[in-house]
Parts: sequence; C-alpha cells; structure tokens
Amino acid sequence: MSDGMQAEKQIESHPRENRTPLAHGPDTHATPQPKEDERLKLQVEKLSLWYGQSQALHGVDLDIHANEVTALIGPSGCGKSTFLRCLNRMNDLIKEVRVEGKVMLEGQDLYDPKVDVVQLRTRVGMVFQKPNPFPKSIYDNIAYAPLLHGMVRKGEECDELVESSLKRAGLWKEVADRLHSPGTSLSGGQQQRLCIARAIAVNPDVVLMDEPASALDPVSTATVEELIHDLRKQYTIVIVTHNLQQAARVAGYTAFFYLGRIIEYGDTSTLFTNPREKRTEDYLTGRYG
Amino acid sequence: MENREQAVKRRLTRRHRASRWFRRISGLALLLAVAFLMFFFYDIISTGWSAFRQAEIQVPVSYTEEVMEIPAMAVPEAYEELVSRGWIRLLPRQMRENPDLLGTERREWVVASAPVDQYLKGRYATLDDEQRALVDQLQASDQVRLGFNTGFFTHGDSKIPEISGIWAALVGSILVITVTFLISFPIGVMTAIYLHEFADDNWFTQAIEVNINNLAAVPSIIFGLLGLAIFINFFGLPRSSALVGGLTLALMTLPIIIISTRAALAAVPDSIREAALGVGTSKWRMVRDHVLPLSLPGILTGTIIGIAQAMGETAPLLIVGMIAYIPDAPSSFTEATTVLPAQIFTWAGMPERAYTSRTAAGIIVLLAVLLTLNATAVYLRRRFERRW
Repeated sequence: MSDGMQAEKQIESHPRENRTPLAHGPDTHATPQPKEDERLKLQVEKLSLWYGQSQALHGVDLDIHANEVTALIGPSGCGKSTFLRCLNRMNDLIKEVRVEGKVMLEGQDLYDPKVDVVQLRTRVGMVFQKPNPFPKSIYDNIAYAPLLHGMVRKGEECDELVESSLKRAGLWKEVADRLHSPGTSLSGGQQQRLCIARAIAVNPDVVLMDEPASALDPVSTATVEELIHDLRKQYTIVIVTHNLQQAARVAGYTAFFYLGRIIEYGDTSTLFTNPREKRTEDYLTGRYG
Repeated sequence: MENREQAVKRRLTRRHRASRWFRRISGLALLLAVAFLMFFFYDIISTGWSAFRQAEIQVPVSYTEEVMEIPAMAVPEAYEELVSRGWIRLLPRQMRENPDLLGTERREWVVASAPVDQYLKGRYATLDDEQRALVDQLQASDQVRLGFNTGFFTHGDSKIPEISGIWAALVGSILVITVTFLISFPIGVMTAIYLHEFADDNWFTQAIEVNINNLAAVPSIIFGLLGLAIFINFFGLPRSSALVGGLTLALMTLPIIIISTRAALAAVPDSIREAALGVGTSKWRMVRDHVLPLSLPGILTGTIIGIAQAMGETAPLLIVGMIAYIPDAPSSFTEATTVLPAQIFTWAGMPERAYTSRTAAGIIVLLAVLLTLNATAVYLRRRFERRW
C-alpha cells in the first residue's frame, strides 16, 4: 500500500520531470536505421515466474524491437499472457507470484526495486482481451489518465488530446458527435479501439495487447488489426494472439511459446514459412494447440 | 425405439408434474410470508391507530390566585377527573409566564384524561356513572371531541398516559443513529477497502476476516456489555447518553458494513481495476475513481440495512442504561436519552390501558422511520447505478 501512496505523490508533484523523453515518433522510420542494439526497446533476460509452487515461465530471453509489432503465439497455457503481463508488472497484482530475471526497458530493469510501478505503466500501456472501458463517458475514458498525470490541463488542451488520441485510434469520426455518451454504449470493436485510444493517450513507449481482437467479430477484428499495423509507426507493440493469421498479418516479429519457454523467435515471415524447430512447425500446421 | 419414446414421455409427464408442485409449494411459502406480514400490520395498525387521536374537552377555566397554590381549583370539581392531570399541573407555570391570565375566566379546549379518552373510543374506562353521564352530556353539546393527537409527536414520555409522546425517543434515535453512522460508516468502509484492495492474503488478514464474520453473528447484548465496559467504565462517558448508545451500536454495525462493503467491492470486475492500473493510476486512485463509484450502491445499501438494524436494536442499549424513564428530548449527545425501541419497550410494560395503543403507535412510527430508511436505500441504489 505504501508503495502506491508514495508513487502517487511523486507522480502528482513532478508530473513531467519523472518522464523520460519519449524515444518514438513518426520520424524514426524515415531516419537511417540505427545500430541493431539501439533499436531494441525491451530486452528480457532469463525471466522466470512462479505462481506459488508451479513455474509458468522458464528463463525466457527475448529482445523486442522498437516500432515493430511483436506477436506472441502458442497453445493455451503456454505462458504467453503471463509473459506479456510481466512487461508492465501487471502480475504484481496477483498474490503469490514470484519473478526472477530482468526486463530492461531502454536499459533500465523494470524489476529494480527503485522503479515506480505507476510511472512504468504510463510508459508501457496495456490493452486487454475483453474491452474494458471505464463506466464513464468516451471523453472521460481518454482524458482520465492524462489529467491524473498532469500531462494536460482541463479545457482546450485536454479536448485536443482526446481528439488526437481518438483520431490515432481511428475512432474519431464515429464518436465525434457523442463524446459524452458512456463508453460502454459503443459496440465491442469500438470499445476496444476506445481502450487503445485510452492507452495511447498517455503517450507510452510500448503498448501491450492481450488478444485484443479475440472478443470481436471479423469486421471489427480487421479494423483493429489495421489500427495495430498503423500504430507500429509510433509505438512498440507486443501482442498476444491465438490467431495465427492475425500474427502473420500484423507482426514483424513472432515468438512461439510452449510450456513456459520460447521455442522459436524470429521475423514473422521466416518463422511462418521456414520454422527451424519441429515443434513450431507442428503448431503452425495445427498438430496441437 | 417405440419403447424408449414411451419411457421418455412417461418421465416427461412426471418431470412436468414435479415442476408444477415445486412452483405451487414456493408460491405457498410466499403466501404464508405475506399472510404473516399482513396479520402483523393489521394487528399493529388496528391497535395503534386510535393513539393518533386524543380526546379533548371544553372546560371553563378560571385563573384565580388560588390556582397558583392548588392548580385543580381552576376547573369545576365535576370536571376535575375528566381533564388531564398533566394539563392541570402545568397551570401555575403557564400563569407565571403569562401574568395577564390572572383573574380571567374562559372556556378552553384541553386534553382530556385517559379514562375519558378510553370511554370515547369505546373501551373499558374507569369512570363512575356520574362522570359517564357528564361526558355523554358534553358530547351531546359538542364539548368533547376526538382530535388529532399532536401531543404524541411533540411530547416526551410521561407517567400520565394522555400527555406521553414519542418526540423524545425520536430525537434520541436520530442522535444515536447519527453517532453510529459517523463512526461505523467511514471506519467500516475503509476497513473493507484495506482488506479487499490492499492487504496481503496471509494468516493475519485471514484471522481478522474470520473474526469480523464472527462479530456479525455475536448476540447484540454482548455488544452492550462491551460498550458498558469500554465506554462507560473505562472512558467514563456519561451513562444513558446518545454518545455511548451510538458508539455501542457502531460496534455492532461495523461488521455488517465491512462485510457488505467487501461484497460490493468483490462485485466490481477486475477488468476495471486492470484498466485503471494499466493507464498508470496508483492503487488509491484506482479505488477512489473507479472501484468506489461502482460499488457505492452496494455499500450504501449494506450500510442502510446495518443502520436500520441498529435503529431497531434494544438489547445492547439496555445495558448502557438507555431503557429508562427519560421524559425530556435530549439537546446534546451527552444527555440522558431514550430511543424508539426503548420507548416501545417501556410503554409495553406500563399497566394503564392507554399505553397499549401508544405502544402500537410507537411501533408504527418506528416502522415508518425504517421504511423511510429502506426507501432511501433503494433510491440511492437506483440513482448511483445510472450515474456515468
């Protein structure tokens, strides 16, 4: 409890100083490719996780590239969602979870005791499996966190941020005339895009998505996929998906998880067309999973 | 093939019959419950209704010098037994406050004595034949009437039944409940929030939880003993006061509020918590901005039910000295106070017949207050559920 309280105090007293300069922007793609190391946004080293006695992750290593979509695939219970939730320490909420290893975000270990979890989550945003807008208006859904963190002031500045966030999430045209109706009155696909808009409103470096389209119909899924593809230019995206075609469509890199380990990791086209591992191939061809 | 179809059909008939029976039995249970309730309401209202009307009598009053010494001299001797002793007793004070009255003589409507009241209401009355004849005569000339009993709502308790009222108990109940609410609501809600949202799940918090659940099942009289030991004996707070009564009831209400708040918090889906934390809110802001607004209807409902229960509680107050003859409405939290159920209890034990209907009328007032509280709970629930 005291952690949370302190964190809040910090955030509220120094809203801006605490934030490191954001390393992303549409320019990154236009400039010449930097060295491979610098383009790594997240480096996961020997990450192991236990739920009580049972181990869910066994020493996972993974490098996540900046401004790319990285897909995590694998059969149910393979640890891919657990892994994703390690990247913004969402697992902290679950009792009896123990984590070992390192997750480096631009060179800083997220599991360092000095790291402020609250601030971390403004840099690593998250979109969940089931759309979960706040039971507030569409406007308040977006404006809540930026106002809380003191990133914008109430009024015009905030209105602009809401508009730009909704535009980036491709939802503006559909909701511009009803910003003050409840977020839950939208359709499932719109709700999920609202959640994405909410996540990017605080300008995170990384956006984590836990099967963002699994609760949506095919048309909404296509819209959300397009959106993810577009957002890659500004954000680093890590997405967990059960849908292999989806991974193939949106992701530049794909990691195949099996029983808490990464079996194979590489760029998506190679992994899908020419897997090194037998188990990857078996999964991709539908022999299990 | 034929056989199996027949068997299914036979079973189906039986299954339909079973479900019809179940429906009938559960309907019967409801009917029975409603019947009990109706009987209770009928009994209470039919007994208590007459207490809301009070006999008044028009008498010649002469404000003479002698009245200051012997107040009964103000009315003719024949009327002495017919007017309320409570009114006669107040005459000297009235004259002192209003010196102009001295030497005047006027006809006034005054509260009649309990026997006259009972006689007019057609019940057994301790009047002799002469008095009955006089009342009949006065009635014929419209000098006796049954009016609305305002005194019942403006007076405190009295040993004279016709001038006893519910006011002191009502004020006392409001003061006691205010203390109870102010203590148990914030403490209960914060405890529940801590246990549900912040505390680790270890043997210590589990022990606390078991204890809280146990406390909710402890007989209320035990809380009275606890209140006596702590608030009166240890802290030395004034006996019979609204403060002590309220604190004692707060002890009793706390576990109810904690349990219902925890249930309301548990009903908020975790997806909302994740959504809030996912955009970088601290736990406290998550609770304040997202979890609490969503669970507020449930919290309020639980609280009002707990408060309503405290309002009807008698046993613990017995121990801290609130079941006593306390005629005056309290004007502070530390004065001696009685409460509605205590007043009902006191009246129920009185020998005079006039108290029987007053007991029932007291119950009607208590029920009306509880009904108002519960209606508020429903209203708040509706209101906050629609809020966005």
